[in-house]
Amino acid sequence: MARQRSRWVAGAVWVGIWTLLIAALVLLMMVPGWVLPLLLVPLVIWLLATRIGKQAWSATEVGISTIPQRLGSSSVVVVGIAGVVGVLVALLAMAAGFAATLRQSGSNDTAIVLRAGAQTELNSVIDHDTVALISQLPMVRHTATDQPIASSELVVVAALPKRSTGLDANVEVRGVGERAWDLRPKLHLIAGRKFTPGLRELIVGKRAREQFAGVELGSTLKLNGQAWQVVGVFEAGDATDSDLWGDSEVIGPAYRRGGSSTSVTVQLTDASAFESFKAALSTDPRLKVDVKTTRDYFNEQSAQLTKLINGLGTAIGLIMGIGAVFGALNSMYAAVSARTREIATLRAVGFRALPVVVSVMLETLLLATLGGAIGAAIAWLLFNNYTASTLGANFTQIVFAFQVTPELLWRGLKWALAIGLLGGLFPALRAARMSVTEGLREL
Amino acid sequence: MKYLQLVWAALLRRKTRTLFTLLSVVAAFLLFGLLDSVRGAFAGAGSTVNGLTRLVTISKITFTMQLPKSLLEPIRALPGVADVTYANWFGGIYQDPKNFFPNEAVSPNFLDAYPEWRMSAAQRAAFRNTRTGAVVGAKLAKQFNWKVGDRIPLQGTIFPQKDGTNTWTFDLVGIYTVADPKMKAQENALLFNWDYFDEARAFGNGSVGWYVVRVADPARADAIAQAIDAISVNSDHETKTQSEHAFQLAFLSQFGDIGLIVGAIMAAVFFTLILLTGNTMAQAVRERIPELAILKTIGFTSGSVLGLLLAEAMLLLLLGGVIGVLVAGSVASALEVTTGAVFPPIVSSLAVWVRSLALMLLIGLVVGALPAYRGLRLRIVDALAGR
Repeated sequence: MARQRSRWVAGAVWVGIWTLLIAALVLLMMVPGWVLPLLLVPLVIWLLATRIGKQAWSATEVGISTIPQRLGSSSVVVVGIAGVVGVLVALLAMAAGFAATLRQSGSNDTAIVLRAGAQTELNSVIDHDTVALISQLPMVRHTATDQPIASSELVVVAALPKRSTGLDANVEVRGVGERAWDLRPKLHLIAGRKFTPGLRELIVGKRAREQFAGVELGSTLKLNGQAWQVVGVFEAGDATDSDLWGDSEVIGPAYRRGGSSTSVTVQLTDASAFESFKAALSTDPRLKVDVKTTRDYFNEQSAQLTKLINGLGTAIGLIMGIGAVFGALNSMYAAVSARTREIATLRAVGFRALPVVVSVMLETLLLATLGGAIGAAIAWLLFNNYTASTLGANFTQIVFAFQVTPELLWRGLKWALAIGLLGGLFPALRAARMSVTEGLREL
Repeated sequence: MKYLQLVWAALLRRKTRTLFTLLSVVAAFLLFGLLDSVRGAFAGAGSTVNGLTRLVTISKITFTMQLPKSLLEPIRALPGVADVTYANWFGGIYQDPKNFFPNEAVSPNFLDAYPEWRMSAAQRAAFRNTRTGAVVGAKLAKQFNWKVGDRIPLQGTIFPQKDGTNTWTFDLVGIYTVADPKMKAQENALLFNWDYFDEARAFGNGSVGWYVVRVADPARADAIAQAIDAISVNSDHETKTQSEHAFQLAFLSQFGDIGLIVGAIMAAVFFTLILLTGNTMAQAVRERIPELAILKTIGFTSGSVLGLLLAEAMLLLLLGGVIGVLVAGSVASALEVTTGAVFPPIVSSLAVWVRSLALMLLIGLVVGALPAYRGLRLRIVDALAGR
């Protein structure tokens, strides 16, 4: 009878432990990263102020002091977790960088007009009359000299070899007029000069110059059989940096596009004018166009790829994480069994079970934190601002830099703690349930 | 082989530890199976027997530029050219931009250039004879529940019709399949008649996106490619002709360096794995020093003790690795069912098995080496005395 009851109690305890563990993991994933250091405060107070806390701390101290004797298995925990966190943070940093590059390209008070149904600039054609009609709308802001800030632009594609692979990649060549500069106040030249209207001259975005061969300042490149000279380098801090810019009046004929353009981007009087601008365009029977704020336009372009990379990164992190959990379990079980006598002695001199559990957990979490920090640091050192490029919506390369943001570093640390929690709890429980007499007999 | 039981007993000595190590190995090779098959599919694109006979001719500027249809006859007249077909990217949207699939306007003989795309003679004839006809791959048909006879409306993104509307409606007259499991992903295209497309589109008439040239003798492909490009040299529509493999590699490389990303991830995974299993093996040997000494005492040579320990590590890796690759196969098919993504074959792919088995043996050797060396150098007297 009593035996049955104790089995029932043991079962209930297990359910309780699992519930707690899952709750802790869910909580860990939900809380923002900056909460983690705050959790340390009550822990430290508990460790220093209460009797059981003090016991736990001294047991932890003993455990930590024996780490050098088990360097091999302790480093498995650290390196395993560092690997997971490093890969996870690097992949998420790729998605974050891509999304940020496109997010910065748009704003709420500029709007892009494309031919109805075109989705992207590459597919779109806008004729002269349409440009004129759009420019006349009252929601378009005017320059000091009373010119409407409506920039009709022509996007064409050039194939340039990527520096990294030597293979041709599509690069966006954007034919612009004077208004393009008013529209992008962030954009400025960092070397050389602007192209001269009417001449076959180009300026190159900072990122495009880094990524592709043959677009150095002063170099000549062939587009459609004609020689064009690179006369300047510009920087805007967004997706525009992947472009080459030239005079739309020269690029149009060179690409047999005549005087048409692919899009009109306007500066609205303010963000709230967008709805009336959109309404004005859709009610005019002469216009067959779609309009979006540039923020929406660019965010939509990054949404799919960002989601894909985030999903892949998390999936890869999970699989690696499972491997690391088993590695940590192995190491911590080994650590507990190596310390069998020590732990039994502690219990014999009056330590309760809880401090023993806490001490093994703290040791694992400490190793996990170390691993997480190393992984995050490696990801940050290797990949922060690492530039890569991929195909964007216009079927051209968008060059972006990986962004290892503080948010991602916190997330990496949370993953590390979760792995530590899973890998440390069960060995800790075994340590606590160990029979004192058998433990003392162990060699 | 006769020592297999001995090796097995050694692994079962500490069941939990072996199990946990095994599961780590499974996780590592699960990831390897998934990533390597994807990488392999990217690297091997177009390098099939049929692909070898096909050249792709695009505009030298970029493949988004159009070429005149007038190039067709001069290319066809070149010696060594078996057949020429052409196509136009349409980029139409079915219901929602998220439902992306390739759709192209193709010449009447386009399917002849792709003998690996199977379709009945009756459906081929129907495609030829129906002006607004379209054919789709079996996977795509399944995804949208299309049957022959359905009318499929696509929203044009690049090409509006002459009357200004964007909606193009096609009659589904055929469904093609691809037998090779590696190429199943190609069952997701919609093809329709170029003649209808060219007549109805508002602009760009008389131009094509690219030519696919079939050569009679793959060995002469390079020479023929040069001859094709020579036709339009110094004109305002110069061409660039490549093998299908080269074209697809260049195209896929535009998405990013898949090989590099996969390589970096796998390096991190296997570095961790080596450390982890290496540590397990070292522990296992450390605990068994007296047992190993006894083995030597009863006549096992140092060499066979070394062999036993190496075999133990390799068996662990092989067991976990094979399970991992098998799990990768079922994960991939589960993903195909739930997300509709097409995975390259894993379990049925010889290349994946060759690479993963080689890795299992190599890692087994690496992690077994140090403990095994310890076993080799072991001195019976010291070991038995516990020194």
